[in-house]
Amino acid sequence: AGTGLAVAAGSLSAETLEPNSWEEITTYNNFYEFGTGKEDPAKYAHQMKTDPWSVKIDGLVDNPGEYSFQDILSEMTVEERIYRFRCVEAWSMIVPWNGFELGDLLAMAGVQEGAKYAAFETLLRPSEMPGTAYRTIDWPYREGLRLDEALHPLTIMATGIYGKPIPNQNGAPLRLVVPWKYGFKSIKSIVRITLTDKEPPTSWSTLIPGEYGFYSNVNPKVDHPRWSQASERRIGGGLFSKRQPTLMFNGYENEVASLYEGMDLAQNY
Amino acid sequence: MDRLNPYLRKLPVWAVYLAGALPPMVWLWMGATGRLGVEPISALEHKLGEAALQLLILGLAVTPLRRHLGLNLMKFRRAIGVLAFFYLSMHLLVWLLLDVQIPQQIWADIVKRPYITVGMAGFLLLLPPALTSNNFSVRRLGPRWRSVHRLVYVGVVLGGLHYLMLAKGFQIEPLIYLTIIGVLLLLRLQVQRKRQPGLPEPRNSLKQV
Repeated sequence: AGTGLAVAAGSLSAETLEPNSWEEITTYNNFYEFGTGKEDPAKYAHQMKTDPWSVKIDGLVDNPGEYSFQDILSEMTVEERIYRFRCVEAWSMIVPWNGFELGDLLAMAGVQEGAKYAAFETLLRPSEMPGTAYRTIDWPYREGLRLDEALHPLTIMATGIYGKPIPNQNGAPLRLVVPWKYGFKSIKSIVRITLTDKEPPTSWSTLIPGEYGFYSNVNPKVDHPRWSQASERRIGGGLFSKRQPTLMFNGYENEVASLYEGMDLAQNY
Repeated sequence: MDRLNPYLRKLPVWAVYLAGALPPMVWLWMGATGRLGVEPISALEHKLGEAALQLLILGLAVTPLRRHLGLNLMKFRRAIGVLAFFYLSMHLLVWLLLDVQIPQQIWADIVKRPYITVGMAGFLLLLPPALTSNNFSVRRLGPRWRSVHRLVYVGVVLGGLHYLMLAKGFQIEPLIYLTIIGVLLLLRLQVQRKRQPGLPEPRNSLKQV
């Protein structure tokens, strides 16, 4: 952990990103498999067994199969990335992730010519996930990225926070982190990655298509129908915390805006 | 219930007002001192909103509780209602001053966000009953007082809807609240139909919920 890349990725503006505390990052979570309350994941996620763990990589790849978490880790270079994290609910944090680039993992599996999208799936094990007793969403949780988004150097698979193994409530043992998209795109506790040629269905956009789209890029100018996205509240400011303006692509505009050139971002929300 | 009622008769109403007014103060202190988790604004806002809804439901339950279970809370009904409105006002103030903060966004939210429109409408409907929860108004309004206080039925439904509409995904808690509200309102409807002679025997509305 801890290479110079963290600096290159995190601080393009003069702003230095001051990470949130371990307590803030690990006690205020959305992980509906453990309940819809923010404190539910920290309370119940310890029931989830993360060892052994394997990720099935299939679809348009050269080497499909079950990859054990240990084998993946031994092949990857883990480094620290300090990213802004912006939830669609208009709160945000700064998280010092440890992880590797998703592109490296996909290269290991061998991306085939026709692949255009990557689909992801979270573990579904009802006996260890009390929240799945209710059909809050259509389990298992699913997410997806366009292949160029998946291969972008900012896109990582996080395996740690603050140099420690990532806690269950934050998506152990490995989760996606796409810092320029709303947090729900950064799917947790991944058990399957499928490369496809069609846009894969994603949980929130299937459940409420009028509110959540496939892209879900952080965009202060495109409001969620039920709340404004123009500003956000940084966790940790206490009872009198001031709102702050939300940045286009969550502050990663220079790095990722080119991915969406010519696209109407209000249409492709 | 016959054992409980004598104790309730002895309990002074002011004690209920006092006990009811304390939790928001405690929560405010907890939020200000880092005891409401890492995001105290939402936590406080949600606690106040949920307690307001619970008190509104309790107020709605006073009559059925007496009629069906023999528990007599009639003496405290006004206190329960006034406290519910107090929690609701605090909920609104936290939303205005601590959550949204930006004055232009407040009006935009009220007209653009249906769950806020519904919540706001509920608050406005509960304003007349809250302001007339005193002996002077009862005397002054006469029979109209009852009509004014029937606004609570609509207000509490809007409160339950507001909760349902702001929840992400298919969540269970708001549905439980709305079911309870529905049952309590149907019990009332049943009683009113029974009182009117000539109408057919009311069906068992409970089973339909």
